[in-house]
Amino acid sequence: MILTDETIRQIKIRMARYPSRRSAILPALTAAYKQVGHLNPAIYREIARVMDIPYIEIAEAASFYTMFPKHEVGRYLIQVCHNISCSLRGADNLIAYIEQKLGIALGETTPDKLFTLIAVECLGGCATAPTMQINDTYYENLTRARVDEIIADLRAKEEQDNR
Amino acid sequence: MEKVLFTHVDQPEQHRIETYVKNGGYQALPKVLRDYKPDEVIDIVRKSGLRGRGGAGFSAGMKWSFVPRDTPKPKYLCCNADESEPGTCKDRVLMERDPHLVVEGIIIAAYAIQAHQAFIYVRGEFVYPAFRMEQAVAEAYAKGYLGRNILDSGYDLDLVVHTGGGAYICGEETALLSSLEGDRSLSRIRPPFPAVEGLYGCPTVVNNVETLANVPYIINRGPDWFRSHGTEKSPGTKIFSLSGNVKRPGNYEVDLGVPLSYVINDLGGGVPEGHTLKAIIPGGASTPLLLPHQIDTPLDFESMAQAGSMLGSGAIIVIDDGACMVWTAMKLIDFFQHESCGKCTPCREGTAWLKQLINRIEGGEGRPGDIDLILDVCGNIMGRTICPLGDAAVMPTESIIKLFRNEFEYHIDNKTCLVKTSYPLA
Ligand SMILES: Cc1cc2nc3c(=O)[nH]c(=O)nc-3n(C[C@H](O)[C@H](O)[C@H](O)COP(=O)(O)O)c2cc1C
Ligand code: SF4
Ligand code: FES
Repeated sequence: MILTDETIRQIKIRMARYPSRRSAILPALTAAYKQVGHLNPAIYREIARVMDIPYIEIAEAASFYTMFPKHEVGRYLIQVCHNISCSLRGADNLIAYIEQKLGIALGETTPDKLFTLIAVECLGGCATAPTMQINDTYYENLTRARVDEIIADLRAKEEQDNR
Repeated sequence: MEKVLFTHVDQPEQHRIETYVKNGGYQALPKVLRDYKPDEVIDIVRKSGLRGRGGAGFSAGMKWSFVPRDTPKPKYLCCNADESEPGTCKDRVLMERDPHLVVEGIIIAAYAIQAHQAFIYVRGEFVYPAFRMEQAVAEAYAKGYLGRNILDSGYDLDLVVHTGGGAYICGEETALLSSLEGDRSLSRIRPPFPAVEGLYGCPTVVNNVETLANVPYIINRGPDWFRSHGTEKSPGTKIFSLSGNVKRPGNYEVDLGVPLSYVINDLGGGVPEGHTLKAIIPGGASTPLLLPHQIDTPLDFESMAQAGSMLGSGAIIVIDDGACMVWTAMKLIDFFQHESCGKCTPCREGTAWLKQLINRIEGGEGRPGDIDLILDVCGNIMGRTICPLGDAAVMPTESIIKLFRNEFEYHIDNKTCLVKTSYPLA
């Protein structure tokens, strides 16, 4: 089993809240993503069993939603907005700066599996651009100095966790 | 200028129910449940002239009145908090800083259409706004504003905060319903309209966060007060998300009908020093562009349409002379192509084709005839799709080509930009 008892409990709570349990598919995918960090067919199978819904319906829904990575990613998923409002405030250069800083290209993961960098569509942080999201957290009004600080903080946190 | 929706957003504890109540919150709801029949609430909102803030500007009261009254089916209310159109970032502020205002608006709207189940569809990336909404909903249940027999009125309502999975199309009302039913978020042909056949085949009203946040104020202060803001046909205030090349980007609430220049220059400080204004996208990424000489156009639904664009979601994107317009068109079409749900051919294939053509020109590989080909593809998408996303991709694209055709021609002839885009990272 991949899903923990707690995740399964979350899914069941969600199922009870909707007039139709199929409505809890997206919340279930979200709960699984929060636990695992990505989604894959083995996870769909477990969700299908918990929800008593055919596997294909879970897989089909999951394949539509781009917010859930479908393969393993780094511990921190850096998602930089590359749409118009952020681009007018340097998003292209923000991406280039992070690529250079981490030594990876868009879509890649650092060798220590700490960071994955991707470009995403508008995050709804357009008036505080450029904007990015790392896991659940938004970072806005980004500058080089701010990026340095954020990455350093995450690395420090990682070192502490490993100790 | 008097603020309405943003009156309390800067108070640190406004998201907690005690502070919301102290500042006059949850006064409209008891009044509604005690004094008004559902139809009377609809009537008040219709008289106020409140129009949808999600983009289309449809009368809220009118939409509610389309819900059949004598049906045995359950009815649903969905608050649309998908907020994903580039430029738009206002609903997030309301959810984070005054979530009870949104909850109170939802309860009153649900009562008006006699729904006993409501949803808030929050885009998946909005973890924090969704958390604030969850917290507000839990507080509202604990105080008896939600659940069984609300404030002893005999009215029941449950409210679920539902989070999405990262798709702009989930904001389109019929796709939102597909998504909420557990399907891929595909749009549906209208009619039937959701008010008649929506969620689970039942009558459903979908309203934007900001639309619903206006409702408690309209109940408390009356339709005439509401109409004292804004213009005759576009009453009330509106939150404008100002982004792009301005000194002070931000979310600003002003009366509908103020000149665009008031928001861009007076509030936003204008374009940065040493630059000049080149173009304005006035209503979110899906709206046609305006030129600098149109900067005094009043910000209301009618004036924006007259000027050849749309008020849309109120997302004003300011573009200065640092932008190549082929690059701008590319940034826009890349978004729409990525977000097409793929259900209908003109949009699925057309946006992919547009993306390819515009990227090819921007990349210095444009061919003679490409501009006309783009316009031809646009013509084959416009008005031929299931939902408005196809049109949304076409409108800014056609408009940029019309206004800045010379930059496209230069690009094709010289294999490089007329204006080299340069927006450094601070
Ligand atoms: C592609 C597309 C995306 C949309 N996204 C949103 C959105 O994120 N939020 C929203 O309120 N309305 C959005 N809309 C408009 C909705 O379909 C719908 O008109 C609106 O939610 C109705 O609420 P209102 O009448 O209160 O504005 C979108 C429409 C389209 C075509
Ligand atoms: S217009 Fe585009 S987004 Fe809308 S239904 Fe067709 S393919 Fe889907
Ligand atoms: S355009 Fe980047 S957050 Fe909206």
